[in-house]
Amino acid sequence: MKQQVLVLYLATSALDAPVVGWSRYDGTGRTDPTTGDGDEPPYETGVEALRDGWRLFQASQLIPPYPGHEYDTSFLKHEFFFEKLS
Amino acid sequence: MRTTLLTSVQVAGFVAAGYLRLDGVVPDELNDQAIDVLEAGIPRSPYGTPVAKAFPDGSFARRLIELPAVAGALHSLVGPDPTVDHHAVHVREPREGHAQPLHADAIIDTRMDAFDVQLMYYPREVSADMGGTLVVPGSHLRRTNESDTGRYQNLRGQTRLTCPAGTVMLLHHGIWHGGRRNDSDVRRYMFKIRFNPTVPQVRLWDVSDLEDPAVSAELDRRFPWYEHATGRLEAHNRVRLWRAMTGDPSFDVEYWNTRVNNRPGRVA
Repeated sequence: MKQQVLVLYLATSALDAPVVGWSRYDGTGRTDPTTGDGDEPPYETGVEALRDGWRLFQASQLIPPYPGHEYDTSFLKHEFFFEKLS
Repeated sequence: MRTTLLTSVQVAGFVAAGYLRLDGVVPDELNDQAIDVLEAGIPRSPYGTPVAKAFPDGSFARRLIELPAVAGALHSLVGPDPTVDHHAVHVREPREGHAQPLHADAIIDTRMDAFDVQLMYYPREVSADMGGTLVVPGSHLRRTNESDTGRYQNLRGQTRLTCPAGTVMLLHHGIWHGGRRNDSDVRRYMFKIRFNPTVPQVRLWDVSDLEDPAVSAELDRRFPWYEHATGRLEAHNRVRLWRAMTGDPSFDVEYWNTRVNNRPGRVA
């Protein structure tokens, strides 16, 4: 059993929000996803990935901004990790 | 030297997207010489060398940046007499099998009222399978360090550059980008020069259209990869930069900055 990992970045902290970014890492070695290899996401929302059999195992915590840094922008905040075993 | 300055709408577009594309502005005469020149190498200078010293009169690089469209855009963004931070020739070999991780150059740069500009020049046509440069529009004001963004493979609205020969891009130093995997049989060349401004970057362009509503529209643009909430912060942060670049502390878009700075009865 080897792990395939899908990372979805969503427009809000809700799992049924639209996908704005995505990454895939394939432990089976059958595919070799990499940076900038597609323009269309594999799913439109996080829930759509669940319906296709991906198992959610991590979602980003909601962390308030540090005082004085409320307007800073940095990494995407709403990161969801999924896996499939095959 | 003849230059073609940018308009306010174009500069606002740069502030929003973090880059400006000048397709096919370099004439064939220069493009035809480029590969030999880049293969031979362009001598390096110490960081912060004046352009005239880094690139002697008549040299390939000097002729490139003195093209009216390029010179005008550079003047509009970094002003007269910028210094050359550094330059490099990037080559992506045919079928080399990997892409660069998404990254910003250098270290976290916290300047809110100044920026460097990176020129990227493509002497040959870049087709989709040649794996042109990946650029994430509107990522330049985010504070991340170099390749810490490497986990992100794809973001909605990313620009996977394909372009005609002689294309020049000018990029804000903070933009997220990376060299895509080259799946073709052709070597891909890109020549990069980073410029540091030596004057305040205030009203350096053709400001005759400063009041054009299209300026605000550009500064309020949302890109498809923005999270809903953070997209508002992007607009807020662009307004801060635009205020610095125009010297107009009252400028706003959608009342974002004015509202949160309102402290009735208090001295700011």
